[in-house]
Amino acid sequence: MGYKAKFRVWRGDAGEGELKDYTVEVNEGEVVLDVIHRLQATEAPDLAVRWNCKAGKCGSCSAEINGRPRLMCMTRMSTFAEDETVTVTPMRTFPVIRDLVTDVSYNYEKAREIPAFDGGDVKPGEFRMQQVDVERSQEFRKCIECFLCNNTCHVIRDHEENKEHFSGPRFLMRVAELEMHPADVQDRRQIAQDDFGLGYCNITKCCTEVCPEHIKITDNALIPMKERVVGRRYDPLVWLGSKIGVVKRGKSTPKA
Amino acid sequence: MTDIERLRYDVVVIGAGGAGLRAAIEARLQGKKTAIISKSLFGKAHTVMAEGGAAAAMGNANPNDNWQVHFRDTMRGGKFLNSWRMAELHAKEAPDRIWELEAWGALFDRTKDGKISQRNFGGHEYPRLAHVGDRTGLELIRTCQQKIVALQQEDHAEFGDYDARLKVFAETTITRLLKDEQGRICGAFGYIRETGKFVVFEAPAVVLATGGIGKSFKVTSNSWEYTGDGHALALLAGASLINMEFVQFHPTGMVWPPSVKGILVTESVRGDGGVLKNSDGKRFMFDYIPDVFKDKYATSEEEADRWYDDPDNNRRPPELLPRDEVARAINSEVKAGRGSPHGGVFLDIASRLKPEQIIKRLPSMHHQFKELADVDITAEPMEVGPTCHYVMGGVEVDPDTAAASVPGLFAAGEVSGGMHGSNRLGGNSLSDLLVFGRRAGLGAAEYASATTVSVPDAEVEAAVAEAMEPYQRDTGENPYAVHQELQQTMNDLVGIIRREDELEQAIEALGKLRDRVGNVAVAPSAGATVTEDRGPAYHPGWHLALDLRNMMIVSECVARAALERQESRGGHTRDDYPKMSADWRKINLVCSLRDGVVELKRQEMSPMREDLLSLFELDELKKYLTEGELPAEEKN
Repeated sequence: MGYKAKFRVWRGDAGEGELKDYTVEVNEGEVVLDVIHRLQATEAPDLAVRWNCKAGKCGSCSAEINGRPRLMCMTRMSTFAEDETVTVTPMRTFPVIRDLVTDVSYNYEKAREIPAFDGGDVKPGEFRMQQVDVERSQEFRKCIECFLCNNTCHVIRDHEENKEHFSGPRFLMRVAELEMHPADVQDRRQIAQDDFGLGYCNITKCCTEVCPEHIKITDNALIPMKERVVGRRYDPLVWLGSKIGVVKRGKSTPKA
Repeated sequence: MTDIERLRYDVVVIGAGGAGLRAAIEARLQGKKTAIISKSLFGKAHTVMAEGGAAAAMGNANPNDNWQVHFRDTMRGGKFLNSWRMAELHAKEAPDRIWELEAWGALFDRTKDGKISQRNFGGHEYPRLAHVGDRTGLELIRTCQQKIVALQQEDHAEFGDYDARLKVFAETTITRLLKDEQGRICGAFGYIRETGKFVVFEAPAVVLATGGIGKSFKVTSNSWEYTGDGHALALLAGASLINMEFVQFHPTGMVWPPSVKGILVTESVRGDGGVLKNSDGKRFMFDYIPDVFKDKYATSEEEADRWYDDPDNNRRPPELLPRDEVARAINSEVKAGRGSPHGGVFLDIASRLKPEQIIKRLPSMHHQFKELADVDITAEPMEVGPTCHYVMGGVEVDPDTAAASVPGLFAAGEVSGGMHGSNRLGGNSLSDLLVFGRRAGLGAAEYASATTVSVPDAEVEAAVAEAMEPYQRDTGENPYAVHQELQQTMNDLVGIIRREDELEQAIEALGKLRDRVGNVAVAPSAGATVTEDRGPAYHPGWHLALDLRNMMIVSECVARAALERQESRGGHTRDDYPKMSADWRKINLVCSLRDGVVELKRQEMSPMREDLLSLFELDELKKYLTEGELPAEEKN
């Protein structure tokens, strides 16, 4: 049942590194993370890898396996041929700390810029929402913050210079989540465009494709968000109405 | 030595799961400068794996529910060994803690009238668990995480610095609590994983919220962080642990493939109608209803099935007995040769709900089995078996303030002991985190207001020396190998069913392992900088070498307490003492450390307050309490 697999794993730190070859045992039912752990326990005790739950729930073990952004714990070895070399490299969009571990602080910085949920004057215990209304944002709250979508997005994947002005699919989806939250009273449409770079997204759906939670990021979060931004900024009737004073636009929430 | 960074805080919270985050939020709301130490990235803690829900008697699904009913269920689930004061506070405060999450942006599933939906779970008389599909823990931690960000945004607006009063130290591990000359907590010492740099937190109040100990066992639902850090840190600082013999084996973990053995299958599967069957296709749980629960559980499949639609006129299905009962039953079926092909039993939801209902209510289970086991749970049964899931034992605390016996030390969540007695009910953990996380944050904030401390150099020196040991040894054992042996020992000899001779063997084996743990060695990576003020950067072998000390101490506590308690109760089953004993019920086993050796003492529990006692029928109390403990006027 078991066999010896050929693995190539990126080893190194922020300075430099290289792909190292390993031959390692694989048993029935194992995933890539099991094999990485076996390497650690045997020939590479210092092999740096981030992981927690090993059940696809925490989003820690993101990496690129044969060039595809994946969770190591959810990539079964049975998806590879036994004679195939499995190459594991760190996420490319974020700076390497060591081996398979990257510095994902970009994501936490972007998260802090988005104005938090604001339930207005409703007291705890008095919120009333219908299931059908909470489901839209619930889909986005399935996100396990593996950051594979941000890693994949071409806007920043090879364009360091865009990072400052672009929050990536993960956090544009967070904006959408708050905008679609039935109890939230803020308006983040303006900053979605101006500060978080929604306009950079040209809906290639790469983020949706790599999402291990199968969240329809592009169709359900980003495109509707673009439409909402249009509704606020470019609708000619609204523009005219506000110019002549028949439409009063609500206040736009500034970035946090 | 002077190169080591010293950071001053009022309150340091160790652990960034539900309890830690809730404690930190509270301390910050009280105006305290607060640090959160997270062993992993912010938002990744083990709480994300909680699936079923958070128990709170909001009465949304059944208006008959209230805190008294929840209190009774909790005490019954814990077989009356619970700290009754904690169980009382928990039952009373849980609804407010859930509603508060909603005000911070959480989106729970809803009832038809727009309130928070509540689901059935083992041991809970009414549908009580607030939930989001089967990913409630993720919702809880994300909401707390986002509340912390919201507070940081307020601080940014006020001080121009997000971290001014509340800072998260991600991927940072504490290896020692520090004490001053007066024996008070004065801070904590640890390392930052990314750089390997040592760091000293100087603070009068430390909240332990480090979770559990599952990584001492081979088959576990727990993540890598669950190495008993807080339990060990507390002992090393002079505090005591109670109830360490009580370890919950969740009845339903995955059993196949081997690499995922132990991963949790939520109890919601049974709450939503799933049934357990053996290899004969029999719903065997009807054979395992214990005497104390006889009048509360259905005795026929027909009655059990009617209960889902008409709970007022039927008794509950025995699949929803407390976890300890179900885990033992599965264990017995497998031992009797009626198990599934891979050594578990069958959990069947496919024949009970329509595929679309299953995908809607149990999306992550559907996903998990499909991706990891090639099993479609809408079409075929799952194979499941017991997995080490939760430790009821933990730091002995004051129920109201979460204060441990060492001044300045507080504990909340899984690392604290008492709340769940000998067995925790599903759903009571998430609410526990919130209720006692908040109380610990309050307790710590209040204490910190009146105390200033500074860290003596000698304390730091000792902590540095200890942290450096594994990579300063030229030769020594591989920490991974020692860890595997420890896990195997605990699994085989201190597992779900225990016996005197095996426990003695375990203690002997642990003694030998202790020497080996003290002799593990790791080589720093080639080119790594290791100096006076830093260990190797992001070196998992070194991290494990340090965590091993904690797993070792905790394992000894579990084994010794398990040997001492000569009865079976909740998460402690003795093959040689199969009965529950009313005399043992009054006793807490208290672990402490003296010169590095685990000491055990018996301590009588305080009798339950009269008004709480009066919530139970006398007949029920007689099943648990000694003659002398029964209410005075009814003794005859």
